[in-house]
Amino acid sequence: MDIKILGVGCPRCKKLEQQVRNVVAENNIMADIEKITDVQEMVQYGIMATPGLVINGKVKSSGLTLKDEQILNWIKEESGEIK
Amino acid sequence: MSGKSRIHGCYVLVLIPVWVLLYLYLGDLVNYLINDIINLESGARITETIRFFLYEVPKVMLLMTLIVFAVGIIRSYFSPEKTRKSLEGKPLFVGNILASVLGIFTPFCSCSAVPLFLGFVEAGIPLGVTFSFLIAAPMINEVAVILLFGLFGWKTAVIYISTGLVIAIIAGWVIGRLKLERFVESWVYEIKSGSSGLRDEKLNFEGRIEYGITAVKDIVSKVWVYVIIGIAVGAGVHGYVPENFMAGLMGKDVWWSVPLSVLIGIPLYSNAAGIIPVVQSLIEKGASLGTSLAFMMSVIGLSLPEMIILKKVLKLPLIFIFIGVVGTGIIIVGYLFNIIY
Repeated sequence: MDIKILGVGCPRCKKLEQQVRNVVAENNIMADIEKITDVQEMVQYGIMATPGLVINGKVKSSGLTLKDEQILNWIKEESGEIK
Repeated sequence: MSGKSRIHGCYVLVLIPVWVLLYLYLGDLVNYLINDIINLESGARITETIRFFLYEVPKVMLLMTLIVFAVGIIRSYFSPEKTRKSLEGKPLFVGNILASVLGIFTPFCSCSAVPLFLGFVEAGIPLGVTFSFLIAAPMINEVAVILLFGLFGWKTAVIYISTGLVIAIIAGWVIGRLKLERFVESWVYEIKSGSSGLRDEKLNFEGRIEYGITAVKDIVSKVWVYVIIGIAVGAGVHGYVPENFMAGLMGKDVWWSVPLSVLIGIPLYSNAAGIIPVVQSLIEKGASLGTSLAFMMSVIGLSLPEMIILKKVLKLPLIFIFIGVVGTGIIIVGYLFNIIY
């Protein structure tokens, strides 16, 4: 599992990164979590509002404050646990 | 998720009458507290300062919660992606108008100004139209409008919104006509942007209420400190600065005060929540509306941190032209209102 958080350092981006780390740790999920601050990479994902959340190369959300359950749901979706 | 949202929906319905009662009786409540419970002497400076503070803080917070919630629901219908789509291929002037109006409703944070700028440019949206958006989005924000409405009344709020729109439209159009593409960093035109492929999820109404609640949490938790500091300074000015003291500095007849206010406003960085209560008390002490409006717009609309962020994609001459064009617009608005009022 490969999770990327895209943001240039706004408070909400830091919060999302922390949230993702917590969710992953609490649920014993094996995941590479990476914080991306490079704007060019953001644009390549087509993200125009930060924070962006990319799981396994797929953009899941941009510019939103998310709930833990929502993040966990997406992770499960990508790992094939739920369809 | 929907069960929980339904519960949230119920809370909101119960809270609305409570809100209305609180808002209507806030003045009486504060007077009762000050005159009868703490027993302060009416008319004394310290009493009036405390009264001002105790009344304005909850009033502004109440207004803020309600309007941020409502704007949050409206915003859930908009996104930068949709805005970009509706701006694609629009001719210059129409594009400027549309971009400025959409700037009010599209969720925007100045920290994502750069990815948004890139996203717009990649989609072929002209530079001038992009600028109309980047001027309107931070300047005409819900917090500014709430405070203006709460502290000055609806007329001033409408004046602020409409002059802000006019500045965004004209300034963007001027920047478009000047053909300044050469002052955009060249790598901007070389990168290829992808499409996020985000499914445009249709939110149901409960989802939108949820979105509104999140907006309230996000925004109120960010600006409440500024509101309190701003109102505290405002309360101090209200109680202690002599009547008409500001007339000599920011009055109508002091012609240089408008450009000076704009200049001072650029490096001053505060969001609307901090600056508007202060400006309100300045007006009370004789500052003119036009000069104060210019000061406010400059502080909110021309912020140094945003310029520094935009420096990543724009070369310095363009940043200065941007400041110059928007600043001139604000100065004109300032003089205009000093003449009208």
